[in-house]
Amino acid sequence: MEKKNKICLICYAVVVFITPVFLGNNYHLMVLNVAAVNIIVVLGLNLLMGYAGQISLGHAAFFGLGAYLSGILTTTCGFPPWPTILLSILVTGAVAYAIGIPTLKLEGHYLVMATLGFNVIVYIVMIQFDKVTGGPSGFPGIPHLRIGGFVLNSDRRMYYLLWSISMGVLLLSLNLIRSRVGRAMAALSHNEVAAMCSGIDTEKYKIGIFVMSAMLASLAGSLYAHYITFISPGTFSIFFSLQLITMVLVGGMGSLWGSVFGALLLTALPEWLHAVKQYNLLIYGLVLMIVLVFFPQGLFPAILQIWEKRRVVVPVGTAQSQQGPRV
Amino acid sequence: MTLPVLILQFVASGLTTGSTYALIAIGFSLIHNATGIVNFAQGEFVMLGGMFMITFYTFLKIPMLFSFLLTVAAVGGVGMLLERGPLRRAKSKEILVLVMITVGASIVIRALSMMVWGKNPMTLAPFSGEAPFIILGAAVMPQSLWIFGITVFVVTGLNYFFKRTLTGKAMRAVAASRRSAILTGIPVDRMIFLSFTLSGAVGAVAGIILTPITTTSYDVGVMLGLKGFSAAILGGYGSMPGAVLGGFLLGVLESLGAGLVSSEYKDALAFLILLMVLFLKPSGILGRGKLRRV
Repeated sequence: MEKKNKICLICYAVVVFITPVFLGNNYHLMVLNVAAVNIIVVLGLNLLMGYAGQISLGHAAFFGLGAYLSGILTTTCGFPPWPTILLSILVTGAVAYAIGIPTLKLEGHYLVMATLGFNVIVYIVMIQFDKVTGGPSGFPGIPHLRIGGFVLNSDRRMYYLLWSISMGVLLLSLNLIRSRVGRAMAALSHNEVAAMCSGIDTEKYKIGIFVMSAMLASLAGSLYAHYITFISPGTFSIFFSLQLITMVLVGGMGSLWGSVFGALLLTALPEWLHAVKQYNLLIYGLVLMIVLVFFPQGLFPAILQIWEKRRVVVPVGTAQSQQGPRV
Repeated sequence: MTLPVLILQFVASGLTTGSTYALIAIGFSLIHNATGIVNFAQGEFVMLGGMFMITFYTFLKIPMLFSFLLTVAAVGGVGMLLERGPLRRAKSKEILVLVMITVGASIVIRALSMMVWGKNPMTLAPFSGEAPFIILGAAVMPQSLWIFGITVFVVTGLNYFFKRTLTGKAMRAVAASRRSAILTGIPVDRMIFLSFTLSGAVGAVAGIILTPITTTSYDVGVMLGLKGFSAAILGGYGSMPGAVLGGFLLGVLESLGAGLVSSEYKDALAFLILLMVLFLKPSGILGRGKLRRV
């Protein structure tokens, strides 16, 4: 791994593990925990958007699939939590595969619509299939996770688990984009035809990334269900899919560190702006539009660029690698 | 009611909603043909159509025909703004970026509508009475006839426009090949601008005629947009007759599915059809298979 990334990761890990010491307030811990869950989904979505050049408006559904599968199987059927999380991931992956195969062969916007449609279907099923899902009032009583005899039943305990997993996913993603697969993906996002001509099976990679990002969303969903112990359909509507995309776009497509920034910022921001809750929708829409119109490469990379321009001494190589693939 | 009459009833109501799906699908096709993007704000145009009509007709008491025209002009204006504003100013002209900008625009329109018209559903009186006609044993609302008639009128008008007028032909040329259109001196920018306006206007018509039977609220746009898109895909994306056929077919299938199978999953059915079409024949019923050019 690149030396700079290594240093960043170590600093990041230290900050993450020290932070709870300074936070007496459980509410702040909860916001951070939700951010960790979001980071997992956003990293997966960013790999899809930044490296496969595809947009999914259905990641809330994959997230919800993970949450509901975990919740229902452990609570109603008495399955053990950890294997169930794995099972949910596999099922969600299979569903994503089934959606991806027909749509990823076509131009980009077919996946957008197909995943949007899928999200609507999942949402309707969550509400209508109330015997199993609990309907609009939600599904309560999901057990806490435990490691051996240690029950993860407080915000502080979950903090370390969720952030460890989210950092693990970040580490894996950073490694992935520097591997052969990652280079193939970067080629694919730059110019699909050129990638094809150099012998990259673009379709296979696109489906692979899509399935992987859906599986990450499912993992995050399962963790969320076991953390909050209560899930309801409202969390998994299209609006959450849009929030996730906004997080990726604010952080910058293709910039994994940007995704961490985007997810943290946009998870915490609405909590700070409690007073303007009714403008939530408007703010998200405006942020999405403004970022896309003026900073299509992302807000975070744009800020970095301005900052690096002011420090003239920065070697050219590092400034380049900050940008990630242009999409 | 016997089963054949019941089915006839479902087909009649399916054709009614199908008409509006057809109009929405046409709106999608217009913009797709000119620019290659999917306009996610299409459903919002329909919602705005209903809302403006209620404002002009019910609240401001402007005569129906004028309200109708004002609404069409207003939503056409929104389409214009969308193209002139964010889409033209976008730094990146990547299709996906532009598509996501329309997603952002749809959220903004929805949020603003919520502030202006509130969260409660609103109704519009039917154009002419509520006494149903009985045709072959099936009850048909007068509004259904209005919807059907106006849809046929709009489709015929658009057909004339695209086949007979110079501007219409120029727009088709842009759809066929943007580069050759530029080379032959067609003002492509103006044609794109025009297709957004037209698309807004067609969306407005769909919203106006649909609202008396379904009521409207700030958040109906998502669902209507998705249904219209499904219809467009079903008929063959970008094809005008395909959009009409897809709209009617989807409306009838949905109505039959809701009546005979399950009404709870009525909305899911449209997307199931969408996914199935994408799976089996992504070019749709009337669409030509697209060759991938390098």
